[in-house]
Amino acid sequence: MREVSLAIVGGGPAGLSAAISARESGLGGTPPAGGIVIIERGRALGGILNQCIHNGFGLHIFKEELTGPEYAHRLVEACVRLGIEYKLNTMVTDLGTDTDGAKTLTLFSREGAERIRAKAVILAMGCRERPRGALRIPGSRCAGIYTAGLAQELVNMKGLMPGKTVVVLGSGDIGLIMARRMTLEGAEVKGVYELMPYSGGLKRNIAQCLNDYGIPLKLSHTVTRIEGQEFGRGESSDGCGRLRGVWTAAVDASGAPLYATEEFTACDTLLLSVGLIPENELSKRIGVRLSEVTGGPLVDDSLQTSVPGVFACGNVLHVHDLADNVTLEAYRAGESAARCIRGGAGAFGVTGGVRRIGLRAGRGVRYVVPNEIILPAGPKPSAGPDAEPGAEYTAYFRSDNVYRDVYIRVRLAPEGSCSDSEGAVIKSVSKRIVTPGEMETLKFSLETGKAATLEVRIEAKG
Amino acid sequence: METSLGSSTQTAGQEQTASQEPRREHRFICIGCPMGCELLVVTEVSEEGGPPSAVSGNACKIGERYGREEATNPTRVMTSSVRVLGGDMKMLSVKTARPIPKGKIWDCAEAMRGLSVNAPVKIGDIIIKNAASTGVDIIATRNIARGSA
Amino acid sequence: MYDCVIIGAGIIGAAAARELSRYRLKLLLIDKAEDVSCGASKANSGIVHAGYDCEPGSLKAALNVEGARMYETLVRELDIPYRRNGSLVLCFDQKEGPARLRALYDKGRKNGVAGLSLISGGQARALEPNLSGEVTAALLAESAAVISPYEAVIAFAENAYTNGAEFIFNTEVTGIARLEDNFSIKTTGGDFVSRTVINAAGTESDTINNLVSPHKEEIYMQRGQYYLIDKAHGNFVSRTIFQLPTMLGKGVLITSTVDGNLLVGPNAENFRKNGESIPNITDTTRQGLAEVCAKAARSAPNIPVRGTITVFAGLRAKAGDEDFHVEEPVRGFVNALGIDSPGLSAAPAIARKAAGMVLARLEPPFNPRFVGTRSHGARFAGLSFEEQARLVERDSRYGHVVCRCETVTEGEIVDAIHRPLGARTLDGLKRRTRARMGRCQGGFCTIRLMEILSRELGIEEREVTISGKGSRIIL
Repeated sequence: MREVSLAIVGGGPAGLSAAISARESGLGGTPPAGGIVIIERGRALGGILNQCIHNGFGLHIFKEELTGPEYAHRLVEACVRLGIEYKLNTMVTDLGTDTDGAKTLTLFSREGAERIRAKAVILAMGCRERPRGALRIPGSRCAGIYTAGLAQELVNMKGLMPGKTVVVLGSGDIGLIMARRMTLEGAEVKGVYELMPYSGGLKRNIAQCLNDYGIPLKLSHTVTRIEGQEFGRGESSDGCGRLRGVWTAAVDASGAPLYATEEFTACDTLLLSVGLIPENELSKRIGVRLSEVTGGPLVDDSLQTSVPGVFACGNVLHVHDLADNVTLEAYRAGESAARCIRGGAGAFGVTGGVRRIGLRAGRGVRYVVPNEIILPAGPKPSAGPDAEPGAEYTAYFRSDNVYRDVYIRVRLAPEGSCSDSEGAVIKSVSKRIVTPGEMETLKFSLETGKAATLEVRIEAKG
Repeated sequence: METSLGSSTQTAGQEQTASQEPRREHRFICIGCPMGCELLVVTEVSEEGGPPSAVSGNACKIGERYGREEATNPTRVMTSSVRVLGGDMKMLSVKTARPIPKGKIWDCAEAMRGLSVNAPVKIGDIIIKNAASTGVDIIATRNIARGSA
Repeated sequence: MYDCVIIGAGIIGAAAARELSRYRLKLLLIDKAEDVSCGASKANSGIVHAGYDCEPGSLKAALNVEGARMYETLVRELDIPYRRNGSLVLCFDQKEGPARLRALYDKGRKNGVAGLSLISGGQARALEPNLSGEVTAALLAESAAVISPYEAVIAFAENAYTNGAEFIFNTEVTGIARLEDNFSIKTTGGDFVSRTVINAAGTESDTINNLVSPHKEEIYMQRGQYYLIDKAHGNFVSRTIFQLPTMLGKGVLITSTVDGNLLVGPNAENFRKNGESIPNITDTTRQGLAEVCAKAARSAPNIPVRGTITVFAGLRAKAGDEDFHVEEPVRGFVNALGIDSPGLSAAPAIARKAAGMVLARLEPPFNPRFVGTRSHGARFAGLSFEEQARLVERDSRYGHVVCRCETVTEGEIVDAIHRPLGARTLDGLKRRTRARMGRCQGGFCTIRLMEILSRELGIEEREVTISGKGSRIIL
């Protein structure tokens, strides 16, 4: 069985960025033994960036505004320059742990079946789109209903327009981007309907994709029923014609439709941008523990999962707002994996000799990544103003609602306490607005030895 | 705790202009970064033209610049894709090399409609020179090799 | 001139064709849809019922028990996904319920069902830990099974086709004239003459009957709505969980499907036709789905409905007297009419009975070239690594995973297109390979499948449909 140091599952922005940083962190060795290998199921590296032809990528990482394909190109070029091996059209069908702790990957491609052993694995499989069925919208199962990403691939990669009159359900970024894209390609986009009282996408996408084109955004609205084309006798026996229109209604504060407000909008196309789900079927095969909130692995601040030697980054871990943030996160995963491998076999999953501090979502916060911070063992850092500044940590999180003029804070939460108790403030940043559509970051350093659990919270001013 | 149910985002970005008044108010969402600051731009339309404008609601300088520009000369980078002949992909993604006036987006879209290019294409290649008389070129945003898609 | 024209390529028509293909007969199946199994056969519970709940002495009782027994060998001969998982009928009180369970048990014994036993609520929960604490007693039927209903139809049809039966699709029967010794069948695709006819037209079987029989029939339709839930929850129950039957039928069930999903449904809504087609009758409705949820929760309170990957509705064709009608109202014209639940379970027996009537008229010799077995082709996901590797070595297309959620390879897709009566649409592929059937519902693989269909069938990608005319992906 072939051996590699690091196998990266997925060649999108997360996998590519992780590979770059692992190599730059000094992870040596060259193929076929000892190196880094990226395994990509698609025909090209870059993942979903290839179909994200719009601009808005790279402002943080490359200090210029790029389109998705250009952003991917930069990462791919770096990988090629660094001599990183990659496999295309290759599916990892299984992931396991060997008796000696090494990871085993089962690969299939047209070239054949292969099993490889890796000292460490980075999970970078990305996410999938929530389909119509998951929303349980009643009505017809007609043609004309697409997830926004599928429509994006049809239009941008195949040059095929799925329809002419469009309703978008959900205000996720891909839905907003596609509302603009289909408008520019000649379709009439009748509106974007969002269940929540706020948009799930970036504000600038609301501005540039909807407002620029006069596309209405209906907050606190949803699609209640899907109406297919009616067939005369003999034309179709199974009701699968084309979409004829959708019924929409306002929703109450709990998100329940107010059926008295139902109205019909004729359209031949319904795009769904109603959420992304981290793709962790493979992670489950190797026993990685997942968060019930994000659907992604539980990780420590090195982005190591509950399985030693297995790291996760990008949308497989939690759904990001910006590719730049994926890259930043993946850089850390790459460094951590390199460090883990350099440490030799004995360093795998060392749980002794370190202290783990929980990091949890408190009031106003839907989730936080990482879930744990690892402090080196040894003499406890002393608390108080005289303590040496500790290492810097970053909490990535999303709020559960729109909040204005608040503090985002990391507080100490003495172990066992309920989440309403007030621990000492570790870090506090004032924010004009926090919205669920945009990921927040909070950097803090840990200077106390007393912490058992930390909590990220959103707190009102005054 | 104060929460806003965000209903303001529904209208915030739509430009509200009282066109007959010498003093105009514009509301925009700043697109300079993910913050999405809600900007209020007040312009005084004077006899001399050149409207001095006051921007508020911005968190940084980008917002101030964006607010002024949006009120006077809004621009956008426009992206699209065009058909490729003889390439290893069917479609080539393209963009305007620089931001173009917002009002020219449709003209550029029209200029690209029905267009096809021959492989190979290199990232940065000019696909349309001086698109829709904007003075801005439309350029390729990916490499496409010869092959069959 | 055909010996027998079968109208309807659902489970009954396909099974009857396969049965008749044992003989030297010129056979034709006509269906108005673009593929086999596009009506009631594609959207139902996928259960082979044990047969304890049919009225003793009814045709349903006899054919259900016989059909269920026939499947045991048929599924091996025809490579149909099938799993004997057993079923439980639950009751929730101490008095009336147990008495009715006992009555079901007695009916089952009378119908000749083996493997029945009455158990306590505690015993039921020991078998199925997710059952409600309110379950007081249950009837356990060990012989109940789950089956892939559309794969059963496809298997019967393919085998019939291989043995010489002809099929035409997208063709509707508009008239049947009784000639002296045979029938003239008018269709939207031309006229056919046949010595005999089997009417297996499901919800339209009354219409077909009324074209030729002096004895007019009326079928009414019962719609049932379902939730299909992610395989991650497929072990929520292992048996099929029923409640005591009601006036409207067997009620809402919860089952693990043969493919490992969790299926919850159906409710029961009756529709009379009054001679008109009812628009959008296979739609799901808010009320219907809510009803399914509420009723199923009585059996098991914590059904993981949030893991739903799709909802759907199916129709059952019901006769007024609630029994099957397998009869010959006109000499040489055989009806399989009112085939509602347990129609799937009874299908092999119904088909044999209907075929028997045709055979009695025609008295044909055996088909010497009849081959009674058929194989589905490789199912990559179910193979061991070594088997998978060998498969890829033989044909590299099996190394290309197209549908990630169900691990379906290009080799399987291509095989499904080119095998006898192969797939021509996305739904055709879905029912043959499970591509687009998984948790992403085609988000990832739809375009790959369009490409393969286009390449293999020599059509434009924009011509690819979900299920035939009017259902293009690209407008």
